[in-house]
Amino acid sequence: MIDYDYKRPDSLEEVFRLLQEYGPRAGLIAGGTDVMVKIRNTKKAPEVLISLRGLTDLAYIRKNGHYHIGGLTTHRMLEQSELLQNELPALYEGASRIGSVQVRNVATLAGNICNAAPSADTAGPLLALDARVTLQGPDGERRVPITEFFTGAYRTVRKQTEVLTEINIPAHMEQFGSAYWKQSRRKAMNLPIVGIAVSLRLDNDTISDSRIALTVAAPTPIRAYKAEEFLAGKPMEDAVLAEAGRIAASPECCTLRDSLRGEAWYRARIIEVYVPRMARLAAERIKKTH
Amino acid sequence: MKKVSVSFTLNGDPVTADVPVTWTLLKTLREYFELTGAKEGCGVGECGACTVLVDGKAVNSCLYPIPEVEGRSVTTIEGIAEKDGTLHPIQKAFLENNGVQCGFCTSGMIMSAKALLDQNPDPSEEDIRKSIAGNFCRCTGYVQIVESIQMAAKLKE
Ligand SMILES: Cc1cc2nc3c(=O)[nH]c(=O)nc-3n(C[C@H](O)[C@H](O)[C@H](O)COP(=O)(O)OP(=O)(O)OC[C@H]3O[C@@H](n4cnc5c(N)ncnc54)[C@H](O)[C@@H]3O)c2cc1C
Ligand code: FES
Ligand code: FES
Repeated sequence: MIDYDYKRPDSLEEVFRLLQEYGPRAGLIAGGTDVMVKIRNTKKAPEVLISLRGLTDLAYIRKNGHYHIGGLTTHRMLEQSELLQNELPALYEGASRIGSVQVRNVATLAGNICNAAPSADTAGPLLALDARVTLQGPDGERRVPITEFFTGAYRTVRKQTEVLTEINIPAHMEQFGSAYWKQSRRKAMNLPIVGIAVSLRLDNDTISDSRIALTVAAPTPIRAYKAEEFLAGKPMEDAVLAEAGRIAASPECCTLRDSLRGEAWYRARIIEVYVPRMARLAAERIKKTH
Repeated sequence: MKKVSVSFTLNGDPVTADVPVTWTLLKTLREYFELTGAKEGCGVGECGACTVLVDGKAVNSCLYPIPEVEGRSVTTIEGIAEKDGTLHPIQKAFLENNGVQCGFCTSGMIMSAKALLDQNPDPSEEDIRKSIAGNFCRCTGYVQIVESIQMAAKLKE
């Protein structure tokens, strides 16, 4: 028998108070698209669910220098944001490919990364966009770069009493183009077999800076640093991009495995092919916005 | 098990449900209000048979915790025809186009279509397909459903 209590506080202070009161017996719920499914599948629930949906002030997308995305922002809001589509297309693509309209209407960006599935569709884009997350707790707040946020499959640095209140993307990303590819069997309602996000900046035709992020390529979403290092200062040429793809798909960058959704060799091939394609697309998008 | 009392608007009428706090909106609609139009297919967000509108947005009612409905407005398939029984244009279009076969997916399909057409009265085929991507139909092959929604958009004009 599934049993739990449900609290819907309308301030962060109240959330912290409840988190402290119930300690490990409490769980946070936002859109509930991971939490409710897990409760139903495992027949287990925390003693009390603390809903964040009363914190309506935390649903926003803003730009003032940096890009600020509130901790209760849904994927649907991201998908309908022209700012995101024009300036952070990789994140727009990640969010708009999640589940269905029904899922995206309630599911949040913060929930996607706090759940920390190795396949989380927004994790690659956030890694490629140098995102930082704000974790707020009863004793104050801290900023964590997304590169340090994931500690394992379904594990993050978030403490039990902390709430992810904002995702921040630094202003320098304005000068980058970005793109995300979700390799999946069907166009909709499917988790990625592998995900590839690329962002880059050009100086004439030379790649001055780049980020390559991969999901379902290791226990956590990762950056392919070796491939990025290889690209630095190189021209935007097919042979160069192909080599970056090979490095990204190699054990120097990832630990691919066979799973029900796809085999390691296949994931490697997709990474090899799509790192160059996403790099090209990212580069085209810089030219469009500047 | 703890109970909650949740007040909201259901198909235009103010209602209160006294149900266990762990119930979903779907369970409350079907078992407390005995509105069985929304169906339970998968129970985990995959099939869309349970789709209803909350404040005008399509959601999977099987994943929607009942305490979250407090103060909101819920529309189900039972609430879209006129009071005198005249069908909604989307319902008419589904009937005329064979958009319904076994009918299990139909309430959800129509609610997703309604959410789309309320926002975008002149959708492209791509818009239609995206808006029903979370509604599975095992009978029709989707073609007649897409055509029904296209016809509904014309009927509404
Ligand atoms: C049918 C279906 C299809 C899906 N398809 C995809 C897909 O294609 N790609 C994909 O990546 N995911 C997919 N998902 C998974 C899920 O929808 C996403 O991970 C979603 O973003 C989770 O957000 P939520 O708000 O619903 O999280 P919840 O389920 O409410 O929470 C998820 C976790 O994050 C924690 N949490 C939530 N918000 C915060 C916060 N602000 N601070 C701290 N902790 C928090 C919760 O405690 C919980 O552990 C799918 C789910 C379903 C049911
Ligand atoms: S029953 Fe809700 S989506 Fe299948
Ligand atoms: S008509 Fe049978 S599932 Fe769609």
